[in-house]
Amino acid sequence: MKITSGRTKAYRTVTLIVLIVLALLFLFPLYWILTGSVKTMAEINSATPRWFPQEFTLRNYAELFSRRSAPLLSLFGVEVGKVPGAIRWLLNTVFMAVMAMILTCITAAMAGYALAKKRFFGRTLLFSLIVAAMALPKQVILIPLIREISALGLYDNIWAVIFPTVGWPFGVFLMKQFSEGIPGEMLEAARIDGASELKTFTSVVVPLIKPGIGALAIFTFINSWNDYFMQLIMLTSSKNLTISLGIATMQAENSTDFGLIMAGAALAAVPIIVVFLIFQKYFTKGITMGAVKG
Amino acid sequence: MSKALRRRENISGYLFLLPSLIFFLGFVVFPMILCVYTSFFDAKLSANVPDAFVGFQNYVTLWKDPVFLKALVNTFIIVLVSVPVVCVFSLWVASAIYKMKEGALSFFRIVFYLPVVTGSVAVTVVWKWMYNNYYGIFNYLLKGMGFIEKNINWLGDPKYALACIIIILLTTSVGQPIVLYVSALSNVDQSLVEAAEVDGATNLQVFWRIKWPQIMPTTLYILVITTINSFQCFALIQLLTSGGPNYATETVMYYIYYTAFKLNNFGYGNAMGVILAIFIAILSAIQFRLAREK
Repeated sequence: MKITSGRTKAYRTVTLIVLIVLALLFLFPLYWILTGSVKTMAEINSATPRWFPQEFTLRNYAELFSRRSAPLLSLFGVEVGKVPGAIRWLLNTVFMAVMAMILTCITAAMAGYALAKKRFFGRTLLFSLIVAAMALPKQVILIPLIREISALGLYDNIWAVIFPTVGWPFGVFLMKQFSEGIPGEMLEAARIDGASELKTFTSVVVPLIKPGIGALAIFTFINSWNDYFMQLIMLTSSKNLTISLGIATMQAENSTDFGLIMAGAALAAVPIIVVFLIFQKYFTKGITMGAVKG
Repeated sequence: MSKALRRRENISGYLFLLPSLIFFLGFVVFPMILCVYTSFFDAKLSANVPDAFVGFQNYVTLWKDPVFLKALVNTFIIVLVSVPVVCVFSLWVASAIYKMKEGALSFFRIVFYLPVVTGSVAVTVVWKWMYNNYYGIFNYLLKGMGFIEKNINWLGDPKYALACIIIILLTTSVGQPIVLYVSALSNVDQSLVEAAEVDGATNLQVFWRIKWPQIMPTTLYILVITTINSFQCFALIQLLTSGGPNYATETVMYYIYYTAFKLNNFGYGNAMGVILAIFIAILSAIQFRLAREK
């Protein structure tokens, strides 16, 4: 048994106070976005900051949603409905993140399982290639990719930001880590029962690696949502922008209207923060399992 | 293994890998090769001029380009400051919180992760406001406390701009390392810790002799990912300073983007990308070597 002396107790209290102060500092930018988005022009452009908004206004949000400038949907060149640009950007972003998430989960779960449990020719080499690729600077690869994307006719198309996300090898690596834990006897039993490879995968493997798939899903969703660099170089026309990109463009055009920009920032940040808070347990698991061990 | 079974393993292994492999080879490996290939050409992105082979010309020009050299120095400053600070800070926070009750632990983990989830654009625009010459809180607070006499144009002053960027970068970099360290510290073999405590070891001795060696793989992983991320510092620069004032915040990644997309000097941009990737590879290798020797 250890005796807690007065000194360690004092040390603990100081640590806790420092932690709380740090936590408040880390929360402050978010607080400033949210309160800034409902402040009046006068309060924002005041040399003495208002720590709490005194007059609540929705002017900034009204301004953000004022012009119905973008089509709600555009399918095969046909445009339906008119919505404010910000709504369209939000829809684009959701579509992008959901598609990237679904495609990544399916392809990575299959590949991770194969790398962990199948003894095929060239397996070690392929796995080394995947690990090596994870150490590459992702943004550098996106620069030459722009030509390939143009050649494929995908430039300024939302799929141009989805496909490279799916190709990033982190997901395969993560799913391999999870698939290592599948007991070989279960796969053997399924084989003896005469189950096809696909059937074995869907009814034995997938249920076992579900927590891993959950972690990868949320991880991909958040990263895709926030991958500003890729969105910036791949998308150009106003109706194809993502919310991050839209807010960035907006702030370049009206760099002094901080109220409007904060409303945009809130619109970009709040949905993804809510998603994160709901699924943060899975998320934490994904981060820790994805770390290279040893 | 029978011949038929081995064939089945080979074929099914590749079939499971195929979807993922298409994306990985098409959108990661191929652009990587394209990057190296294009770096030997005088290539334009927009105009329909055929690429002209120039051999190592781009690589020669690079070392005589004062902006690139300045960008390289700035990037190294960012890496050299942020990597140790992120590691020490996140290890300290993780040590302070990992023994807390589940609720408190989750709270702190979430708070330090929030700047990452909020997204680079939303985070950057609010910091831009906080740094603002007239309406920013930093000038207000520092003047109020008597540290400065008149307002400082933080992002417009070459003396402070890079430091301001690094501060924002730090707040968005510690989230993942904290999650990783918390998990690594709670996986430390508790029986060893207890045995040492019975033998009268101090907290500091327990940390250096028992915990530190066991969390070494995590430290290594954190060093590598933080290095890669710091080398690619881009969004903050593009949204806040565009590399200015007078190249004080020019980073390699921003200069690559600027050269390839704004100056339309695509081949040259790719050559810089190759150099950046080489630097990252060398630093990662050094970190691996050092960690293994320890």
